[in-house]
Amino acid sequence: MQYLVSVIDDNAGLATPDEMAAIDAFNERLQAEGQWVFAGGLGSPSAATVIDNRAGEAVVTDGPFVESKEYLAGFWIIEAPDLDVALKLAAEGSKHCNRKIEVRPFL
Amino acid sequence: MIDVREAITRAHRDEWARVVASLTRRFGDLDIAEEAAAEAFATAVARWPADGVPPNPGAWLTTTANRKAIDRIRRESRRDDKQREAQMVYDDDPPAPLGAIDDERLRLIFTCCHPALALETRVALTLRMVGGLTVAEIARAFLVQETAMAQRITRAKAKIKAARIPYRLPSAEDLPARVSGVLSVLFLVFNEGYLATGPDTDPVRQDLTSEAIRLTRLLHALMPDDGEVTGLLALMLLTEARRTARVSASGELVPLGEQDRGAWDATLVAEGHRLVRERLDTGLAPGRYQVLAAINAVHTSARDLRDTDWSQIVALYDQLVRIDPSPIVGLNRAIAVAELDGPEVALAIVDALEDDLAGYHAYHATRADLLRRQGRSQESRAAYDRAIELAGNTAETAYLARRRDQLG
Repeated sequence: MQYLVSVIDDNAGLATPDEMAAIDAFNERLQAEGQWVFAGGLGSPSAATVIDNRAGEAVVTDGPFVESKEYLAGFWIIEAPDLDVALKLAAEGSKHCNRKIEVRPFL
Repeated sequence: MIDVREAITRAHRDEWARVVASLTRRFGDLDIAEEAAAEAFATAVARWPADGVPPNPGAWLTTTANRKAIDRIRRESRRDDKQREAQMVYDDDPPAPLGAIDDERLRLIFTCCHPALALETRVALTLRMVGGLTVAEIARAFLVQETAMAQRITRAKAKIKAARIPYRLPSAEDLPARVSGVLSVLFLVFNEGYLATGPDTDPVRQDLTSEAIRLTRLLHALMPDDGEVTGLLALMLLTEARRTARVSASGELVPLGEQDRGAWDATLVAEGHRLVRERLDTGLAPGRYQVLAAINAVHTSARDLRDTDWSQIVALYDQLVRIDPSPIVGLNRAIAVAELDGPEVALAIVDALEDDLAGYHAYHATRADLLRRQGRSQESRAAYDRAIELAGNTAETAYLARRRDQLG
């Protein structure tokens, strides 16, 4: 079972060197335990571009698809047998990256 | 005929959670378990009057529910997933021994009270899956439309499935936090019965208090060594013991000091006291529910209000403040302080809580009473007015209005 573990930011900015070091160590542990699928940090929402090609003519808009105070700053995709394990890992992740986290299952 | 109906009622009370729990384990699906259990009980209602009550109703119900579940899975797999049929093996084995099934019920309780579900959802799911209440009954209990309640339960089951909330006992490390999550669900059900919030409901909802006690008894039977489970059960019993004395014939709430103590249920009081003593004898540091139970044990040991050991009660509240420093605990402590050190000392404590509790009716009711006792009638009247405005319980409103109107 895979879970998307989203890092939610509210303008805390980029991770500090200490936070980065803690995240790296956490990633290495996830990899060693076979729970790491993918992880990455994202550029700020102001760097986002939305494109809509549903009508056959691609319309490009500057900015994120939804303006909000909180936004996605990065994510992990983890492998976990059930939600309890996923929540435990997410709780550690939240501590290491010092941000709030959402856990959501893949279909 | 009467006997059959009684047997069905008893089987429903005793066996529902067991049947749902064992089916959930077997089929890994709460939805299937719930529906099959409901069908099995419906079959019992249809068949037992003619066929007679089976010698082992629990086994009969489990077997019947198993068949219903397999029928449903076959129907569905024909429709959308031929593969699943091959995976399901028909199993007519006798039910697992008692111990194992008891564990299943605990799993069911912990799954329904999982912290990833919203509190109100946990309450609804627990009453349905563990308590066996119908969706209509739960909707009535919490004054929401039946369709909305059905949707809440359906969404919860869907989340459990999609997010894969496990059907498992929590790890030892997580157990205290998870137990406390279960207890808050049971306490919420009890409190809604004990002091119903709606203006259109009975002031005391015995259906809810007794259901909460029944489920807490079950949890206590499954986890007899957990201090907080014991504490919550004792607290509920000592509160329930005073139920009939708490509302007057004219539908007014009767405060503790004015209650007819002879009308308290002596059996429940004795059982509550026994549980509190049992925890004291362990010598272990008590949690919140155990301290609350101890406070209620002191109250129910006294012949009247004057005979109450108030210094003991204040000492217990001091202990509670250390565990739970919330303003509501502070307010209740102040009420005890008033008996020990007088209303002036208590009022100073209460007034300091205004920022946190200005929107809470009990804050104003307490102030009103403390002001009244100091002869400050005008201020007291204003506080009663505010308390009446905020109180939702009809019996409480009636009591507060009478006290206000008695002011000189």
